[in-house]
Amino acid sequence: MMDYLVGHYAYFFTVLIMCLGLYGLMFKKNLVKKVIGLSILQVAVILFYVSLASKWGATVPVKWAEVPVTEVAAYLNPLPHTLMLTAIVVGVATQGVAFALMIAIWNRYKTLDEDDLLDRISEDTP
Amino acid sequence: MIELSSLPALFPILLISGTLLVVLTGLRYSSMAQPIATLTAFFTALTSLYALLGVANAEPVRYAFGGWAPPIGIEFVLDGVSGFFLLVINSVATLVLFHSAGLRNQILGTKQTAYYALSLLLLLGLNGMVLTGDLFNLYVFLEISSLASYGLISIGSRQAPYAAFRYLIIGTVGGTFYLLGVGFLYAVTGTLNMADIAGLIPEISATTPVITALILIITGVGIKAALFPMYGWLPEAYTHANAISSALIAPIGTKVAAYILVRIGLFVFGAENVDRVIPASQTIAILAGVGILFGSLMAISQRNLKRMLAFSSVSQIGYIVMGIALMNPFGFAGALFHVLNHAIMKSALFLVSATIEQEEGHSDLTRFDDTYRKKYPYTMAVFTIAAISMIGLPPLAGFFSKWMLALGTLEAGSWFLFVVILSSSLLNAVYFFRILERVYLKKSGQKDPSDARFQESPWVMRAPALVLAIALMAFGFANAPILEMIQLWFPVQ
Amino acid sequence: MSPADFTFSWIPFFALLASLVAVPFIALSGSRPNLRESWTVLAAVVKFGLVVSLIPGALEGKTVGLTLFELAPGLPFELEADPFGVLFALIASGLWIVTSFYSMGYMRGNKEKKQTRFFASFALCLSSTIGVAFAGNLFTFIFFYEVLTLSTYPLVVHKETDAAIQASRKYLSYTLTAGLLLIAAAGIIYMHAGTLDFQAGGLKELRSMPEPLMLSVFLMMLAGVGVKAGIMPLHSWLPSAMAAPTPVSALLHAVAVVKSGVFGVIRVTGFVIGFDLMKEMSYDTILMVLSGFTILVASLLAFKQDNLKRRLAYSTVGHLSYIVLGVAIMSPIGLTGSILHIAAHATMKITLFFVAGSVYVHLHKENISQLDGIAREMPWTMGAFTIGAMGLAGMPPVNGFFSKWTLGLGSLEAGLWIPLAILVGSGLLNAGYFFPIVYRAYFKKPGVELNGVGEASPWMTVPIVITASLSVLFGLYPDLFFGIFELASTVAIQLFASQDSLSFIHESVKIP
Repeated sequence: MMDYLVGHYAYFFTVLIMCLGLYGLMFKKNLVKKVIGLSILQVAVILFYVSLASKWGATVPVKWAEVPVTEVAAYLNPLPHTLMLTAIVVGVATQGVAFALMIAIWNRYKTLDEDDLLDRISEDTP
Repeated sequence: MIELSSLPALFPILLISGTLLVVLTGLRYSSMAQPIATLTAFFTALTSLYALLGVANAEPVRYAFGGWAPPIGIEFVLDGVSGFFLLVINSVATLVLFHSAGLRNQILGTKQTAYYALSLLLLLGLNGMVLTGDLFNLYVFLEISSLASYGLISIGSRQAPYAAFRYLIIGTVGGTFYLLGVGFLYAVTGTLNMADIAGLIPEISATTPVITALILIITGVGIKAALFPMYGWLPEAYTHANAISSALIAPIGTKVAAYILVRIGLFVFGAENVDRVIPASQTIAILAGVGILFGSLMAISQRNLKRMLAFSSVSQIGYIVMGIALMNPFGFAGALFHVLNHAIMKSALFLVSATIEQEEGHSDLTRFDDTYRKKYPYTMAVFTIAAISMIGLPPLAGFFSKWMLALGTLEAGSWFLFVVILSSSLLNAVYFFRILERVYLKKSGQKDPSDARFQESPWVMRAPALVLAIALMAFGFANAPILEMIQLWFPVQ
Repeated sequence: MSPADFTFSWIPFFALLASLVAVPFIALSGSRPNLRESWTVLAAVVKFGLVVSLIPGALEGKTVGLTLFELAPGLPFELEADPFGVLFALIASGLWIVTSFYSMGYMRGNKEKKQTRFFASFALCLSSTIGVAFAGNLFTFIFFYEVLTLSTYPLVVHKETDAAIQASRKYLSYTLTAGLLLIAAAGIIYMHAGTLDFQAGGLKELRSMPEPLMLSVFLMMLAGVGVKAGIMPLHSWLPSAMAAPTPVSALLHAVAVVKSGVFGVIRVTGFVIGFDLMKEMSYDTILMVLSGFTILVASLLAFKQDNLKRRLAYSTVGHLSYIVLGVAIMSPIGLTGSILHIAAHATMKITLFFVAGSVYVHLHKENISQLDGIAREMPWTMGAFTIGAMGLAGMPPVNGFFSKWTLGLGSLEAGLWIPLAILVGSGLLNAGYFFPIVYRAYFKKPGVELNGVGEASPWMTVPIVITASLSVLFGLYPDLFFGIFELASTVAIQLFASQDSLSFIHESVKIP
């Protein structure tokens, strides 16, 4: 049991961070905090991928003169890293759109607090 | 003529260059955006037709990008199913974009260039999702299309940015779940290529990571597909977005999520492996069935046309997802045919609502009366045809997809879903005939005859709607060859 | 229908098309009423001619038709004019001609609005009725059955009053539900048997169906066709639908729509399930109980109605169940009688509805209590009414007597006394609710406002006289012109192939 818990600690951290993120985006009333929660959620997944690629005693997947490429065990798996570069880009783009939307919301309703926002929306629509 | 083998690469190229062209010319001549976007979509649609004809009864075409052979490189796979989806998406988008030429300026305002650029980006994302043979690449395209649709939805009423924001939060969570699921699959298989994974799945389908992956992927995609009970974002988004944005997103956006379910459920996992440990397909089918009833019931209680159509979308997505989850050729054919039908019906209905919104400045159902028929006879005729097809009455196309789905539920032995399919027709009848009664029979209060003159929308707006209505009748009569073709694509294991 | 008797022919398709093609012409010539109505008449005559040309083949028990394309995978769009279909098409298309003339008189006399929509929908209805008649499999049947529902909707709601809207809602909710049940049953049968073909004697594959499923399929199909056939408790749309203009009530609710229902009952019982299976499973008892109940209750309810059209509607409900009862008797003669009653009731009831419409247009009266003494002013109209009423009560020499006589013989042949008692009893009830009207019209003193109003316009009176005389003629000579009796007995023989021969029916039913 202990082995299982310790052996998979990276995964449990992932789950923990995911839960933090989900908590943020569900229960925080401020839209900016929601986006922060979203970002934490994405980071959790990114960490998960990176932890998949990790190995003991291996180095970054950049070709070294003294380590031949054929020695696979000496290098980390490069693919998850590259994938996560893309995922980070996607995350940044998402946040960019989210902030743009927030600016639009602010311009229209002058608030970013969800409760206030809902109040003002219901005032709008008779 | 273009070689079929390199055809898959043409789709993103066309759409990206179209987008760039729209943006660049839009800087100077914003009126050029619409024609360029429409033409781009039109050429993409032509390409998809050519592609579908090429692969309908042949081996799939695989295109490896950059010359890197899969599983290391990313490949695009063009087979019957993806060709079919491409054709549906791109032709409907072409018609919707064509229709938007008749919009007056106040609707899009200064956002013309943005709207058309985003439309093409949305199409790029959707085309990419359909074509790609790589799970991670699919995620990227999923996010491209999602980002574009957040933008499209935010062009709309005062509340639109908030609706778009909520969609963004929910949609990104969905995307992240999907990504996490793909991570689990990758951890077990060491590959992201769908064909590769499909080969490995039978041996590992009973292991915990794979099941976790399946659940996560289904949840993620289910959010994007607005599968009950994860439909929450959809009515808000469709209601507050511009009718013309909804007309673009509603018919095709959720369809592609359904496509992912087909791809991953039936092709990557396969009918046997999906249900090996957990009753995944039954669960989805039941959820979809509940969603059908729920969406229809909610649609009955709506007063706003767009909101009603949005809830009707929730229920119609249920048909498609249910057909897929039945995992038999009948359900499969019914689901894919319903993808086609629903894309046509929903775009026709949203085009009508766009016309009404532009001409009347509202989409409040309680204000509909028989002056609308006098003012917009063509538009209302289109609405009638689409509504009858939604209800599922012959001779229109909607009847036949429901027939196939009903046969599918029988084949699967699920009486609950059989009853759901049939009874939802009645519910659809309630909310559509309610409008038809208003439009054709309700006497308007005003006596002013000048109010009821013929003042139909311009031909550019009428023509696409009429084309869609005619297509519904044509597919009603020509359904057998299409359905038989689709049944051939059902993966046999 | 064995393939040996099947001949390829375009005629059923053209008969279907005749009125369908007329629809756009009617719609486009809305501004010129005379041209518009000539399209209707032209289509009606062409259609009738085409159907009549099918009779000789049908009398020999042959089936002609064609398969056009696949309506859905594995389910062809089949049009097959077998004797039964020809008979039904003959009645519908023949009476359409008469109704066309009558509708012109009625709609113009009543200055109705939206006549173009009316005539266009009417033509569409007739096309789908012919489609129902000639459908070669259950799927094609459902296809046209649903189109019939949809195309009748504008007619029921025609007046656009609140009552009409309520009636149309009721109509739609009943018929759409019925359609769905029929579709559900068809789906189950298709998955089980792999075919939905109509075969005289039923589908053999159904025998292997588990019993509870079979029962539910039967009940679903019965409800599906029973709504249009007005079998109680599914009848209540029919009296409400009387909100429609009278020609609609006349042709659709006495001939096309409700007869599609009873036509469907016979198709479903005889050609899908099969009479042998019906008897084995004793589904015939279900039919008999339902129809017997309907006959008696509908006749009793008819007494209560003061509105003439509503009384006629309840009478229709009752008489439709005569036909169903004839099926439930499960004997060749009984079936012959019930098919004859399809024809007989059509001519008689259309006469009565025409009369009701004429009185309404001419005198603006729709209640029975207002009809005192009108026979003095409208002798032809009320004469025709008397003939129709006599026929429905089962008196010679009207054709209603002949069909009832055959029905009675059928129940005697099957050794069933209860149907016979129901027939006799309901005959009395019919007389009970029709003759007071005749009495009022002839023997009560007319009100002052009736002085010198005279007969209704000839556009309406002539069709009334024609249908009334047809009723009498077919009562005296059932085989006149079209061989309706021959056709009916041919159908009965097809369905009871093993047991009886044509001459047996002929001997039993001595043509009076």
